[in-house]
Amino acid sequence: MRTSIKPWLTLTAGLAGMALVVSGCGTSSDPAASGSSDGGSSSASDEKITLTITTFNEFGYEDLIKEYEADHPNITIEHTKAATSNEARDKMLTGLAAGSGLTDIEAIEVDWLAELMQYPDKFVDLNSDEVKGRWLDWKAAQATTPDGKLIGYGTDIGPEGVCYRSDLFGAAGLPTDRAEVAKLLEGDWQNYFNVGKDFVAKSDSAWFDSGNAIFQGVVNQMDAAYENPSDGSAKDLATNTQIKDAYEMVLKASVDDGLSAGLSQWSDDWTAAFQNNGFATMLCPGWMLGVIEGNAAGVTGWDIADVFPGGGGNWGGSFLTVPTQSAHPDEAKALAAWLTAPEQQIKAFISKGTFPSQVDALSSEELLGQTNAFFNDAPTGQILADRAAAVTVAPFKGANYFAIHQTVVDAITRVEVDKTDDAASSWDKAVTAFTELGLS
Amino acid sequence: MATTAATPTTSTAGPPPPDSRRTRLRNLRGKIDVKLSPYLYISPFFILFAIIGLFPLVYTAYVSMHDWHLIGGQGDFVGLANYVDVVQQPRFATALRNTFSIFLLSSIPQVITAIVIAAVLDANLRAKTFWRMGVLLPYVVAPVAAALIFSRLFADQSGMINALLGYIGIDPIRWHSDAFASHIAIASMVNFRWTGYNALIFLAAMQAIPRDLYEAAVIDGASRVRQFFSVTVPLLRPTIIFIVITSTIGGLQIFDEPRMYDQYGLGGADRQWMTVTMFLYELGWGAQKSFGRAAAVAWLLFLIIVAVGLINFTITRRIASSGAAHPKGGAR
Repeated sequence: MRTSIKPWLTLTAGLAGMALVVSGCGTSSDPAASGSSDGGSSSASDEKITLTITTFNEFGYEDLIKEYEADHPNITIEHTKAATSNEARDKMLTGLAAGSGLTDIEAIEVDWLAELMQYPDKFVDLNSDEVKGRWLDWKAAQATTPDGKLIGYGTDIGPEGVCYRSDLFGAAGLPTDRAEVAKLLEGDWQNYFNVGKDFVAKSDSAWFDSGNAIFQGVVNQMDAAYENPSDGSAKDLATNTQIKDAYEMVLKASVDDGLSAGLSQWSDDWTAAFQNNGFATMLCPGWMLGVIEGNAAGVTGWDIADVFPGGGGNWGGSFLTVPTQSAHPDEAKALAAWLTAPEQQIKAFISKGTFPSQVDALSSEELLGQTNAFFNDAPTGQILADRAAAVTVAPFKGANYFAIHQTVVDAITRVEVDKTDDAASSWDKAVTAFTELGLS
Repeated sequence: MATTAATPTTSTAGPPPPDSRRTRLRNLRGKIDVKLSPYLYISPFFILFAIIGLFPLVYTAYVSMHDWHLIGGQGDFVGLANYVDVVQQPRFATALRNTFSIFLLSSIPQVITAIVIAAVLDANLRAKTFWRMGVLLPYVVAPVAAALIFSRLFADQSGMINALLGYIGIDPIRWHSDAFASHIAIASMVNFRWTGYNALIFLAAMQAIPRDLYEAAVIDGASRVRQFFSVTVPLLRPTIIFIVITSTIGGLQIFDEPRMYDQYGLGGADRQWMTVTMFLYELGWGAQKSFGRAAAVAWLLFLIIVAVGLINFTITRRIASSGAAHPKGGAR
């Protein structure tokens, strides 16, 4: 008898152990327990609750969260930071697919906002009188569904200027002062490339870092790059002359004219090139300033000019959302609204350089007075505010923007970085990859 | 026989007649105990396997026959359409090519060097444990960490490997742009991690080989090399089969190393180092968000691994047994 009991014991023990593990996984991701001290039975406003929030990279929220906790003694906030936006996206999609596992507030990036906009039911509508008119119109429009539901509160935006190496400019006989550089580069992309041709003739460095960065800049100035705004359907890439022209223009400048350093952004070679005079200019949104400062540590001469080829441009920017999975949607909404208020976003900008998307913040003295020592004491607050004001186009980015854009980015990389294809054959491969997506 | 069996029942039990039913019951229990217990003992594994192995396998097959969106969830039943779609995508062929290329570049050198290292470790070395633990060290390094370090070493312009090649007059190799070069780089990460682990398994098997076989071989005048090929390798046969099968499974499922090989994790602009598992991930979580197609790839990969595993099994068996034929037929 004894012997026949034992395996059952083992089995039950094993199953129980597994059940513990499984349920452990389930609850840990759940907005940790409603009532830790008073039993959680009452839903009164002074009930002790824990709110969870996920951000990525640097949002500059650490001090703000402490401040909020101090003002709201009944609320404890658990802050998770994902290392990259891609990592946060994977977690977001998995959590949405599984129907659980998301935090009360989830930060999302504009590039994958559109693919989430297809599922407005999964998010709490964040509209309220308090936040009306808080953001730049185009920023709020990005997160608003056709029927007027607000999916996310805008945090930062990425108005782009041109960062440049004044020492390399000087050595090549170009002006070094940021106002003169701004005047020099004022104009369309062709002008930017022409100055670049002068530069590379007199310098060993390349004009810009990566053809894809330029392409990104050009695409962000298009009303509707890959999709029709009316119904969100994808334009056939093979007949998309606007994109093809931009593709050819970028490759001509990058490869034929030799203006590009031929690097993939974020690659190890790209990071290393900051240290050995690899290139003289970069398109730089506000959040790029911190990246340059980090990669180019010890290099002097970086500066930023209040200009952008082809008009203004915006690259990136994020939102805070409240998934309907949240156990405390109202409290989460209140916290998200507080975090994205102008006063708080200015503090985040000073802390980590994320440029605020709120109208009131753009005219605040605190923001406009901000300078950056690494960039030769440039008035970055003022410059980026000007750059934000220069943005005229709110590009339409639909659910498939990310996927289609990737096919063309790959095509440029093949020609410019890998040098395994020429422009024509690489374009054909992009069209094939587009067809594989099965969108049209 | 009958008497000896009868004696204990009559001597120990008090009232004999009513007891016969209890004895029968006890006998039955004993029989069940003997017959059933072994299965109960091993059942936890199979029950766990059914929950976390078999069920996902079957469910994946179910998903693969539907339109199934990552977030949207289950759609219509589409039969084998997902399989057809996937196989027709040129990238599936690219992924297969890359996977097999990386698999061959990693597994073959890995098994060979592992045997050689094991043979060296089996010799009389000073500080044996030190050397044995030493070869296992790379295995402790997390694959992602190893991949980060290697991708830096293999950077096209700023990497250390190209700098070293430059010193001996070799042109820099385009480790990321060139498909074959990228496969070698990724295979080297795999080898770095797994060679020592396999060497230890071989070492354990080698130490189980009876020493008198070697003594006999020495008396017969066999050299060290001859001993290695005629005694060691044939007797390692089961271990070689085990290692080949596990490295086949692992090699065809390779994901971490190629995904971490650059910053984007897509397998390069031309997908020159995208493996089948990365293709699966891209289908399910990337642009198409199609769980149906991703599940189809998972099943195709499963079938491919089974097929390759069987082929490897037969080949290794033949190689090992043809090696074993020598001492039997030729020696005396």
